[in-house]
Amino acid sequence: MGKKITLTLRVWRQQNSQAEGQFATYKVTDIDTDMSFLEMLDVVNAGIELQSGDPIAFDHDCREGICGSCGAVVNGQAHGPDRGTTLCQLHMRHFSDGDTLVIEPFRSRAFPVVKDIAVDRGAFDRVIQAGGYVSVRTGQAPDAHAVPIAKEAADKAFDAAACIGCGACVAACPNASAMLFVSAKVSHLNLLPQGQPQKDSRVFNMVNQMDSEGFGNCSNEYECEAACPKEISVQNIARMNRQYLKAAIKNEG
Amino acid sequence: MATRKAGLNSNIPDGPMAKKWESHRFNMKLVNPANKRKFNVIVVGTGLAGGSAAASISELGYNVQSFCIHDSPRRAHSIAAQGGINAAKNYQNDGDSVHRLFYDTVKGGDYRAREANVHRLSEISRNIIDQCVAQGVPFAREYGGLLDNRSFGGAQVSRTFYARGQTGQQLLLGAYSALMKEVNKGGVTLHTRREMLDLVVIDGRARGIIVRNLVTGQVERHIADAVCMATGGYGNVFYLSTNAMASNVTATWRCHKRGAYFANPCFTQIHPTCIPVSGDHQSKLTLMSESLRNDGRIWVPKKKYDDRHPNDIPEDERDYYLERRYPAFGNLVPRDVASRAAKERCDAGYGVGQTKKAVYLDFGSAIERLGKDAIEAKYGNLFHMYQKIMDTNPYTQPMMIYPAVHYTMGGLWVDYNLMSNLPGLFVLGEANFSDHGANRLGASALMQGLGDGYFVAPLTVGNYLAEADLMDADTEDEAFVKAEEGVTGRIEEMLSIKGSRTVDDFHRELGLVMWDKCGMARNEKGLKQALNEVRQIRAEFWEDVNVVGTKGSFNQVLERAGRVADFLEFAECMIYDAAERKESCGGHFREESQTEEGEALRDDNNFSFCSAWEFKGVGKKPKLHKEALKFEVVKLTQRSYK
Repeated sequence: MGKKITLTLRVWRQQNSQAEGQFATYKVTDIDTDMSFLEMLDVVNAGIELQSGDPIAFDHDCREGICGSCGAVVNGQAHGPDRGTTLCQLHMRHFSDGDTLVIEPFRSRAFPVVKDIAVDRGAFDRVIQAGGYVSVRTGQAPDAHAVPIAKEAADKAFDAAACIGCGACVAACPNASAMLFVSAKVSHLNLLPQGQPQKDSRVFNMVNQMDSEGFGNCSNEYECEAACPKEISVQNIARMNRQYLKAAIKNEG
Repeated sequence: MATRKAGLNSNIPDGPMAKKWESHRFNMKLVNPANKRKFNVIVVGTGLAGGSAAASISELGYNVQSFCIHDSPRRAHSIAAQGGINAAKNYQNDGDSVHRLFYDTVKGGDYRAREANVHRLSEISRNIIDQCVAQGVPFAREYGGLLDNRSFGGAQVSRTFYARGQTGQQLLLGAYSALMKEVNKGGVTLHTRREMLDLVVIDGRARGIIVRNLVTGQVERHIADAVCMATGGYGNVFYLSTNAMASNVTATWRCHKRGAYFANPCFTQIHPTCIPVSGDHQSKLTLMSESLRNDGRIWVPKKKYDDRHPNDIPEDERDYYLERRYPAFGNLVPRDVASRAAKERCDAGYGVGQTKKAVYLDFGSAIERLGKDAIEAKYGNLFHMYQKIMDTNPYTQPMMIYPAVHYTMGGLWVDYNLMSNLPGLFVLGEANFSDHGANRLGASALMQGLGDGYFVAPLTVGNYLAEADLMDADTEDEAFVKAEEGVTGRIEEMLSIKGSRTVDDFHRELGLVMWDKCGMARNEKGLKQALNEVRQIRAEFWEDVNVVGTKGSFNQVLERAGRVADFLEFAECMIYDAAERKESCGGHFREESQTEEGEALRDDNNFSFCSAWEFKGVGKKPKLHKEALKFEVVKLTQRSYK
């Protein structure tokens, strides 16, 4: 059984994307250390609701670490202190009695705040729309065994495909760069034979869309990899840079 | 007037079972390619069924409006499916075939599914795998570069394709990528953070929806020529389930209130391998993939109330009760059987852990046989997740598991074309009722969602549009105005109550009633009590709930309040269905109907039908329509996994 702890929360409160935000302080007691971080917020919100206050808004859904909805910066770390973990899978046993937790949204110019901790990550969808797919229509596919794929390539593609699109990489980067997210999708598809015909246009268009969304540049801080709940490797960024250069040269020609 | 009268014609094509889908496709009416862009189709939901349907319908040339409640279509709960997807590829040369998958699925559903639909699903299962591989879905492969398979509960062949423990995620990202491709092309218009709050019916046909923009609170009207619902299941009526927090019945319930029949609502699936409940703070339950049962062995101590650490209990004092009771299938019996067996042991006093509501799932012998690395390669992410939540190491001591609500086989009634009794309303994936009968086999939900979306609805919706003589209408139509007024009125009413209890408090109370009296085991007395209790909770909700905030802003309490209000109405329909079906079948276990050994006892003479309920008003008993199930191919027997 878990212990009970008392915490001080400093939470970013912002009514909507236009309003100015500020920190509000909440003292919370009797937090069971077996709770998840989001269940702790549920408890705080239930208290606020009972006093007819305005509960803290945050995105969440599966609470199994796979949908990519949740996320906050906790004491300066995206998704909090536990490596390879989304906020919903972070348990309160990682905190001690008396701790102060500063809770902020994933900040970036490209992610406007919807309310409090919830942000708009539509920019990620638009990057995928620019080329994060294989242009195969339903019904056009050959038999699944028609193209064997070496296990090593398949495994590497899978490692990149594990990205859940949460945006922690952007929040962790001092430049708010989305290079880890974009390179993971480029690598996933460009490593597979199915992705080859659109290899160049994919990387070219996705990178250009990323730039136009207002994400920053990569300066090799590797903070993104450290914050990524799926531990996606920065090697994907190097791979994408090489492919982008080649595609850009071909495009010039 | 609509050309079709509301009624229960399943529209199963004539001819031999294996030829029905082929001949039906030939007989369908086609829309001239140049005319397709004149038609608008609404698709609500962007999970496997909705995402694949919206993309595929757009590929054909129709205009598609796609709606989801999330910030991105990639977040639908299909993403959390772990284990795999079935397909009758017979890549393992172990005797699989379309016919065998069909047969296993009808049997697994305890003979309460419609044969023709299941056969079609088995046929197209092969195309689904081809399609997903072509999209770049990274299925597990062998060293030769070809696809790997594993076996799953309820089957004795290896026909399950998988992507580590993240199959749902990879398949959903495949469907999402197809959807994004069509958005880029201009065929699909995406509406994120929109919740459907009513269906608009004009001239007897589904013609549009009312949604709330969850960011601004604005209520919007959207019109179309056909409406596809792919909004998932209603497992969260139990409050605690493995469903995502936002999974709800609202969209399908609103269709039901507009005339669509709700079918087999009592058929709910309790999944045997979930992490047990640990405390009152718990907001949801976490599933551990059924694939774990391939290598894990389930046991409890032979001695009652045995408090020893599992590693201290010697081999001969462990009861591997599934292997003992079901020697042929052992740990791989179907979900309903495994769940009930766990409940039986715990109720009898053999449960383990703090709450005594858990059994062990042990990988000790598999690790000894195959090595830790092999187990880690297969189940690494699941073990990781277990350790995160439970704070114990499943490599060195057994996991604790207990059954939890996972999937709902019931849903809106549909015919062979996946069209509801309301013309123009199509229902796909978990939201419909058609393919899994009273119990879904593992790895069949992903198959059905994608089958409906990629390969069935795009054709049958086209067939409807080619035939339907739709009257001109716009969003100023009286039906739209009335529906919007209803939606806005209900929102204002909830906000005006200003009572003393939170929305979640009511939801939790409802969930407990449903779990205790309409959960893993049901009896007449309990169901009667449940009906009264649900009515009581609903009355209190409308008197004493405190829905804070405003209607014109991002208000997550208001969102939840609307969903709980609908669950409180829906729960009654589910209880009526469970009371009406006095037999046990699949996931529906009536204590009055069991064999001497405690197995579910079907009553084919009286209950070989699908129940389809017609809405008659809140708090009023709905009217039951029966679709008789005729079995042309499969022979009905008592299901045995011994």
